[in-house]
Amino acid sequence: MADQALRKAPLVGRHGGSAGARVTPAGPATRLSLRAGTDAIGTLSLAFGLELPQRPKTSASVSGRHALWLGPDEWLLIDENGADLMAIAAGVSALHSATDVSHRNTAILVSGPDAAGAIASSCPLDLGKTIFPVGAAARTVLGKIEIVLLRTGEEEYRVECWRSFSPYAFGILAEGAEDAAL
Amino acid sequence: MLLIYCPYCEEERSELEFRHGGDAHIARPTNMADITDEEFQDFFFLRDNPKGLIFERWRHIHGCGRFFNAARDTVSDKFVMSYKAGEPKPDLSGATPATEKPLTEKVGETHEATEGTAK
Repeated sequence: MADQALRKAPLVGRHGGSAGARVTPAGPATRLSLRAGTDAIGTLSLAFGLELPQRPKTSASVSGRHALWLGPDEWLLIDENGADLMAIAAGVSALHSATDVSHRNTAILVSGPDAAGAIASSCPLDLGKTIFPVGAAARTVLGKIEIVLLRTGEEEYRVECWRSFSPYAFGILAEGAEDAAL
Repeated sequence: MLLIYCPYCEEERSELEFRHGGDAHIARPTNMADITDEEFQDFFFLRDNPKGLIFERWRHIHGCGRFFNAARDTVSDKFVMSYKAGEPKPDLSGATPATEKPLTEKVGETHEATEGTAK
């Protein structure tokens, strides 16, 4: 028993936010950094069971699996149910590059009527309803770090950041949530 | 804060997401082995740094990650336009081009006036 290694989630036990915006660590998920040319998109979409978005700032979501457009040939795939995305990618013969980043990233969920305000406290992205609607996703900056932001609901956001930066991200979002509630 | 139009994201984004990438449209010599050290130095190290409208590379590093080109006024910092990498240099005849030579008349004691003339 003493030899057993335990994996500890980077933000375990943390909680923060305010009456207007709740900040909580997201559960573990598998993630894939996917790069592919236009001719492989169809095959990859079929394999992953969702249409890889091809327009800027868009995403596709099917039962806990998300595909986020990051660049013209780059996507971030997230599976909240922990499906083995690498195994799926390995079964695709079309030319692509897939890197498992499940443990490089972690996510923070920001929700509530002041959620946009909490994020906007340190993120320059326009979070307005028409320019960043539900399902919109973008890689951007939060304070001093790079994040990937996904709007999962009217008042819900998922902030993907690097694992080692997550205490910073969590702290700045918790501060932002308190400020936004003032 | 500057807003820069990314031709790949097709919208204006904060300057915080971008990184400057030096002059655009620099032609790499095709006879690299034959040119002299001085010619290589000119191509590799020396840039004009003019006042006015210039064309330069930018990278949307904290966004889509793509390099693109932009026309910017070095005096006002105004971005005239931006376009995808690989596209030809746009004709901006309406805009005032950058002064090719250093100003001859004295414009106060500026550092620009005392610097050398890079080709």
